Amino acid sequence: MSKTQVDARGRSCPEPVILTKKALDQYNGEVVEVLVDLEVAVENIRRYAENHGFAVSISELSGEDYQLTIKK
Amino acid sequence: MSSRLQIILSGLMVGKLGTILVLFGNPVNMGVCVACFYRDIAGSVGLHQAGVVQYIRPEIIGFILGAFIISKMKGEFRVRGGSSPIIRFLLGFFLMIGALVFLGCPLRMILRLANGDLNAVTGLFGYVAGIFVGIQFIKQGFSLGRSVKQKPVGGYTMPLFAVVLLALLLLRPAFITFSTEGPGAAAAPIWMALGAGLLIGGVLQRTRLCTAGGFRDAILIKDYHFMWGLIAIFVANLAGNLIFNFEAFNLGFEGQPIAHTDHLWNFMGMTLVGLTAVLLGGCPLRQTILASEGDTDAIITVVGLVAGAAFAHNFGLASSPAGSTFNGQVAVMIGLAVTLGIAVLSTQTSVSMERGVKSNV
Repeated sequence: MSKTQVDARGRSCPEPVILTKKALDQYNGEVVEVLVDLEVAVENIRRYAENHGFAVSISELSGEDYQLTIKK
Repeated sequence: MSSRLQIILSGLMVGKLGTILVLFGNPVNMGVCVACFYRDIAGSVGLHQAGVVQYIRPEIIGFILGAFIISKMKGEFRVRGGSSPIIRFLLGFFLMIGALVFLGCPLRMILRLANGDLNAVTGLFGYVAGIFVGIQFIKQGFSLGRSVKQKPVGGYTMPLFAVVLLALLLLRPAFITFSTEGPGAAAAPIWMALGAGLLIGGVLQRTRLCTAGGFRDAILIKDYHFMWGLIAIFVANLAGNLIFNFEAFNLGFEGQPIAHTDHLWNFMGMTLVGLTAVLLGGCPLRQTILASEGDTDAIITVVGLVAGAAFAHNFGLASSPAGSTFNGQVAVMIGLAVTLGIAVLSTQTSVSMERGVKSNV
């Protein structure tokens, strides 16, 4: 399956949301996967995506990273 | 509890504690001011000699320890750093210069507003203008670069700093100076200020409330989450002031406590604060919380704030109720020039996009 990946690990506010926004602005049905390493980024991205009609699932990866899978 | 309700409650708490701390001794309209309190601490440990603003503010100790303890308990204490530390130092330094020309951080701006000080409206316009300019760079790909995980030891700098400050506050060795007059001498009892600080630090670690984030997100992505928290601070503080401290409520520009009516420089000072805060990713309060949960870049930012406060008073940059100073005006212009230069040179659309977003087919 094709997908778009955003690696926003180590980015300070609001870059993770902006990088996600740029990917979602070009949403074409492909799943968008976002990698982050802070809870605050998880919360901000989830709020942004859900407010824009996307469904978000979150999985915790090893090494204290999180992966958000975003789709309509 | 919904996150909307949480952010509103945390804002109400900050606003309410702002009123209470003034009632019990803090300077008027300065129940909580992150910039002023770092400035007082800088003076108390001898980094500047402005006799009226020297005190080890227990609120700051509380912010740090509260955020540290809660982040530890929640597994969110992550030691990280390396995202342009020297740039962050400079931005923190100039943020403080802007704040001390206006006479308050963004949080105190809200508290001044809630007690009728209309000079804070001028400041608010400047703050939003600065944030707006910063957002244009963020839209174009401004970034200070990635932070990386670091060895744990560096992350304990802030809590250790707070413990040392607490010891100095309680033991009062001879080399520590406490103001005997002026704002530095106006203080709520230590246990109360410390308790309020712990509460604010702990709760804001959870809700991530940020005065820069509130305006930034509203403008940039039309997300009003943090804005609700800021409105809550204003409403709770306004209500508290009107109910419990009505005599001190004073609507107008003239005769406001620890404020001046130099409109241009109230505006410009807060423009510098807004611009630096948005480029840093958070206001002084938020930087303090981040610094306490292991973000060593935020620690550098706080060091910049303290250094800026020391400079501001050593070189006559800080304003007084009499107005802004020529040196302060020059410093704000230099700060704006340096900050805009940093913003331009850290905005590289192609590079950040290439590294940040990649497509996989």
